[in-house]
Amino acid sequence: MSSVLNSDTSNLHQRNIDYDIDTNVTRLLKKETITSGVGGAPTTEDDEMEPLPSQPSGAHIILEESSIQNFTRYTDQLLSNFDPRWRNWIIRGIFSFIMLIGFAKLIELGPLVVSLVILLIQIKCFQEIINLGYVVYKSHNLPWFRTLSWYFLFTSNYWLYGESLIHHFGFLMNKNNFLQPLVTYHRMIGFLLYTSGFVGFVLSLKKTYYLKQFTLFGYTHITLMILVTSSHQMIQNICEGMIWFLFPVSLIICNDIMAYMFGFFFGRTRLTKLSPKKTWEGFIGGGISTLIFGFIFAGVLCNYQSFVCPLEYNEEIMGLAISCKPLSLFQKTTYLMPKPFSFFKRTLELYPFQLHSLTLSLFASSIGPFGGFFASGFKRAFRIKDFAATIPGHGGFMDRFDCQIIMALFTNVYIATFARIASPHKILQQVLELTPEKRDEFLRLLRNHLKE
Amino acid sequence: MSSSTSSGIYHRNIENENNINQSQLSKSETSPTGAGAPTTEDDDMEPLPSQPSGAHMIVEESTIQTFMQYFDRLLIGLNPRWRNWIIRGIFSWVMILGFAKLVSMGPLVVSIVVLLIQIKCFQEIINIGYVVYKSHNLPWFRTLSWYFLFTSNYWLYGESLINHFGFMMHKHNFLQPLVTYHRMIGFLLYTSGFVGFVLSLKKTYYLKQFTLFGYTHITLMILVTSSHQMIQNICEGMIWFIFPVSLIICNDIMAYMFGFFYGRTPLTKLSPKKTWEGFIGGGVSTLIFGFIVAGILSHYQFLVCPLEYDDERMSLATSCIPIPLFQKTIYTMPKPFSFFKRTLELYPFQLHSLILSLFASSIGPFGGFFASGFKRAFRIKDFAATIPGHGGFMDRFDCQIIMALFTNVYISTFARVASPNKLLQQVLALTPENREEFLRLLRNHFKE
Repeated sequence: MSSVLNSDTSNLHQRNIDYDIDTNVTRLLKKETITSGVGGAPTTEDDEMEPLPSQPSGAHIILEESSIQNFTRYTDQLLSNFDPRWRNWIIRGIFSFIMLIGFAKLIELGPLVVSLVILLIQIKCFQEIINLGYVVYKSHNLPWFRTLSWYFLFTSNYWLYGESLIHHFGFLMNKNNFLQPLVTYHRMIGFLLYTSGFVGFVLSLKKTYYLKQFTLFGYTHITLMILVTSSHQMIQNICEGMIWFLFPVSLIICNDIMAYMFGFFFGRTRLTKLSPKKTWEGFIGGGISTLIFGFIFAGVLCNYQSFVCPLEYNEEIMGLAISCKPLSLFQKTTYLMPKPFSFFKRTLELYPFQLHSLTLSLFASSIGPFGGFFASGFKRAFRIKDFAATIPGHGGFMDRFDCQIIMALFTNVYIATFARIASPHKILQQVLELTPEKRDEFLRLLRNHLKE
Repeated sequence: MSSSTSSGIYHRNIENENNINQSQLSKSETSPTGAGAPTTEDDDMEPLPSQPSGAHMIVEESTIQTFMQYFDRLLIGLNPRWRNWIIRGIFSWVMILGFAKLVSMGPLVVSIVVLLIQIKCFQEIINIGYVVYKSHNLPWFRTLSWYFLFTSNYWLYGESLINHFGFMMHKHNFLQPLVTYHRMIGFLLYTSGFVGFVLSLKKTYYLKQFTLFGYTHITLMILVTSSHQMIQNICEGMIWFIFPVSLIICNDIMAYMFGFFYGRTPLTKLSPKKTWEGFIGGGVSTLIFGFIVAGILSHYQFLVCPLEYDDERMSLATSCIPIPLFQKTIYTMPKPFSFFKRTLELYPFQLHSLILSLFASSIGPFGGFFASGFKRAFRIKDFAATIPGHGGFMDRFDCQIIMALFTNVYISTFARVASPNKLLQQVLALTPENREEFLRLLRNHFKE
């Protein structure tokens, strides 16, 4: 790899595909001849797939990133003396810092801005993956593919986010509001929008392109399923409290960075064929550091009410609530130390959340990386090095967020299990929606139950 | 085609028609290639190996086979087109009677049968994927696919059961941990499957494995959500299952009849047998049929009542106060018609049935077109040969899927779903402080 980077100073910021595709293809072809010779294993169709046309996409990407290009060219000139391996390391390090600082600034701006940014990142990741599909499946003759994919993205986001908004803020709606029909018939509207897309797909089927169109339909829907549900869950997490977004994201970031550091300095045993750069030393070292970092960081974050309070609409001040009574999870509790340790310290004051953080850290360091392996396998299947060249040294947005996806889903399930989310307002809203007979029955059941 | 041998009808249709399909497709391929259009990869795909699957199917269906052989001898004199028509007609009646018997057995049995049909459809589709993508070298594909099916069903049905019947759980019940941690268990089960998939990735098979992963998940998404919605519909009342299903059946049969007798203009390239006459005739008949049947079904309390657990009698409720949708209402006729009849007594559900019928006849068939396109893409004639004259289970249920989803959305929009039991359960799930706040809010509201 380093010899490839040496060849040209402008290498770092061109789409990696240009230079690696030939080496990848020759390597794969060599392997194919060996396997066919030895065991007579049948060659599979995908090995015969033509290499991706690098010219169109590469040129397209280069035009987009002219501003980043100028910057990196300038930086390149500064670093042209250094060894290319260190050069890559430095570029990667600089952009890591830029992303971390950007992340911290973003958190400051508050939950609504964060939600918006999540939505934008989701759209960017979707664009990256759809572009890949477009190039790989050579769907230039199918003009509907792109339109339909973006339409399905719009429609699923509309449906999911609408449901969330109605769930959380529906009781704010006055009956005479012009938005009322959109709220009442939201599910029907969402369903009809989706069905129109479905009908559009069926009408767009062209002879001899059936298999390709169905493959792309499936491709789009899997992408949607993954991206839309995870970003939606992330925003649900934010509604429970910024800490439920901030903490898991920082766990994954820490695990990534620590695993990279440990791998860089102590890495010896390879972890998996899918990602040859990852090592067992990095995996375990990253895991332990994440556990420690998570424990400490959780304790720090629990102090701040702005992170711990769920997103509630405060009727009196007509704005989002700034202070609240934190869950017992976020209140300092005194724990008795078990027998062996009680010699040193009788009791320990912790936030229960810190104990929960150990579980979250364990998941982030053991199962989280599988999101990365899945993405690596996907990239190998489609013979690309990175999803895009947006972030120099790192690749595209999807490369950064592949582990975050599975973590967001886990966090959501964790909240639902351990940090009860039912809200009195929502239940009251449902009670008011009942018909009078049902409401009486409900009150009767309630009284019966409370008497016990 | 079916006259070649007496056993022609019940062999997997693929064997006899595969060659014909292939030659037809290769003919169509040569013309665009000549015009300079780029050939696509799927055209280079080898034809499906019919021997293994065909042989497999024949062994399975020996009882149906002997029946068919006997039957065939009876019909040997008739024209093959009519023979196919009669076989198809007989099995249509068999299925309709089976459906009626099933409904009479009650909602729980129906739910179980819906689950079994879902599993059968999943098996059909996975078998197609297995054969088409030649994944004999990937032993994990089947195991993982079935595992994902189990895990998604477990998660979804568990959520439903807990939603509806969770309040019945006593605190000391041994099932309690399964209920409390249900979401976590479901998520961890799925994640294990995901990890298993990543660990099963083999060099040079990556693209195929990812394609099959996507294939399995799309199939799951479609089948599991639709069967789950069907069962949710049943919980609102058997009528919400019987009625949409019968609409689709009626539309299918009527479109077939109209197409058979009056069919002239083809509807779409995807399904050459469908015609505009069939489409419109079927649509109009479905509207009329739906209106009448809706009026009949709304009479019966056991069809109209939602599935409620009766606390006193410790079983499912058999009678209830029907929602206004199912109560006879008097409508005043608009001016032009009021000369003949001043008022009309209808169930509001009959008016809603018009919308359901409209959807079933206009958008419902697109489920069938989607399945036809899918079959053409994978170059098969039917999903399986389980039902003689009709094909596999998936062939029969492709339109039902989209109808079930629409019905579910329709119910949540027009037939309010909130139930006192569910709300009570939510109140009990609150923490003590939240519960106090809720009671306070409730008292404040009712004082107004």
